[in-house]
Amino acid sequence: MTAITSAAPMTDDPRRSLGSYAMIGLLVLAAALPFLVGKSGWISNFTFLQLSLMIVYAIAVLGLNLLTGFNGQISLGHGAFFAVGAYTAAILIDQYSVNAWLTLPIAAILCFVIGYLFGLPALRLEGHYLALATFGLAIAVPQMLKYRHLEPFTNGVMGINLIKPDPPFGLPLSSDQWMYLAVLVVAVFMFWMARNLLNSRPGRAMTAIRDHTMAAGTMGIDTSRYKATVFGISALYVGVAGALHAIIFEFVSPDSFRFELSIAILVGAVVGGVASLPGAVIGGIFVQFIEKYADAMTKKISQAIHLPLELQPWTLYGLTLIVLIYVMPGGIAGGLAMLWAKIKPRQGG
Amino acid sequence: MTALLEIGGLKAYYGATQALHGLAFSLDKGGITTLLGANGAGKTTTLRAICGMVRREGTIRFDGQPIDTMATEDIVRLGVAHVPEGRGTFVGLSVEENLKIASYGRRDKTHVPRDLELVFTYFPRLKERIHQQAGTLSGGEQQMLAIARALMLGPRLMLLDEPSFGLAPLIVQEIFHIMRRINEEEGVSMLLVEQNAALALDLADNAYVLETGNVVMAGPAADIRNDEGIRKSYLGY
Ligand SMILES: Nc1ncnc2c1ncn2[C@@H]1O[C@H](COP(=O)(O)OP(=O)(O)OP(=O)(O)O)[C@@H](O)[C@H]1O
Ligand SMILES: [Mg+2]
Repeated sequence: MTAITSAAPMTDDPRRSLGSYAMIGLLVLAAALPFLVGKSGWISNFTFLQLSLMIVYAIAVLGLNLLTGFNGQISLGHGAFFAVGAYTAAILIDQYSVNAWLTLPIAAILCFVIGYLFGLPALRLEGHYLALATFGLAIAVPQMLKYRHLEPFTNGVMGINLIKPDPPFGLPLSSDQWMYLAVLVVAVFMFWMARNLLNSRPGRAMTAIRDHTMAAGTMGIDTSRYKATVFGISALYVGVAGALHAIIFEFVSPDSFRFELSIAILVGAVVGGVASLPGAVIGGIFVQFIEKYADAMTKKISQAIHLPLELQPWTLYGLTLIVLIYVMPGGIAGGLAMLWAKIKPRQGG
Repeated sequence: MTALLEIGGLKAYYGATQALHGLAFSLDKGGITTLLGANGAGKTTTLRAICGMVRREGTIRFDGQPIDTMATEDIVRLGVAHVPEGRGTFVGLSVEENLKIASYGRRDKTHVPRDLELVFTYFPRLKERIHQQAGTLSGGEQQMLAIARALMLGPRLMLLDEPSFGLAPLIVQEIFHIMRRINEEEGVSMLLVEQNAALALDLADNAYVLETGNVVMAGPAADIRNDEGIRKSYLGY
């Protein structure tokens, strides 16, 4: 019922349904990709891994988006939930031989509980203070993973090596192609759930709390319980992303989840567009792309234009960020929407 | 008449600062009472204390039932609707969604379409803008939305915090006229906080004047309106 009432002004829009057809087409194509490529190798396994990682980061960015974009709470520490999800999967697979895919719901539930419990006291904190508390989480968790008494499980600084699952039913796919497909399916499910949540009554209440917490209280919404629950859901998303990361990357170590990861997720959310689902996809691509290429690009560009001084590896990253924030304060998704709004009337007449 | 709201020895705190110092007043069922006073007198804080949005001590009874230790959402469910200072628009939601938020805390949602129709009879302007994003409404329309949203709660008491703030006189008149109709036709009692004392005294039956967290003056609105001495010394007009 709620889906009809609130989405009504949007679904009336024919462009909107066109957009959803385009989206479904794109998804079918993305899912068909590994089968089309098969063993031909015109898209390498390495590329499939890169694509998988982008999708994983998109899920993580989506998680932070739910918290920040749709509920107005900030977190500088979501890398910690990513780490918890990753280690949950790794330990369960490594020590208890649990099926890799079964670790996802377990990581999800665990991260939800931790996120909810962390969210409860954090409710009293607003703005800068919440940012600091979550930042503390990002700093503390990697250190805790090195803790000596946990070593039988975590293997300390050495981390845990895993082997990715083989494709089932004799599918004619490489394991990287299979991972890509599986990650894609999980991501579609997670995005679909997020969309349903946002279009429901609780989703509307989340947004109301973001827009004006006190007024939401005057409407009889239990704002504290809501905020803690959204914190939990947000952690759940990031935890699933972490578990997927462990499975496809076949390795976890405390140093893979340093606080830079938390910042990267936040940057992905902001660059993609903070209260936007497509923005989360763009953000995920950005996180992985920057991670991989910022360094090499900086070198290439400074050579190409014969820069007399040596640029530090992250210079390009910083500059890109500054330019993006100035040019598109609503993130790339917001920028594209504005661009579309500008060209649309001309098409009409 | 029996009292709908009875307040005694009400103290309220923001952290370590005390903003109310043992306030006492009561409100008749069905009437409109106004709470006047200079900036910083504690009017907003009083409304927040009634709804449990600040730390408070003292007794607050709503229709005989003590509500001073209740959580905000439970107080709302009893029938207290707070229209907050600054309107509190949910800017990212549509007008319709803003109005429907009120039904989220209620178990029985069958009333919603009827409530919506009722609200639109008072605020036809909002009906015209039902799908508009609330953040793009004018100030006057946002104030209407805030009152309409509170009405959606099906309240017995409305707490209104400076509904005239920042609005042109004509719109203020329109809104105050609607408030009177809601009071008379729906039987919703009102506690009205206002800077514009002349306007508030015109609408209200009773008035209290606050000064730094204490009641310094109380009486029928008409008496205060007609007493130049009181007006000059307490209300500055
Ligand atoms: N969030 C807050 N934190 C600390 N002190 C506050 C807070 N809100 C209000 N106060 C203080 O409490 C006292 C009463 O403020 P309140 O907002 O209730 O006044 P008011 O009568 O509504 O004033 P105005 O007419 O300007 O809205 C003031 O001294 C104010 O500084
Ligand atoms: Mg005030």
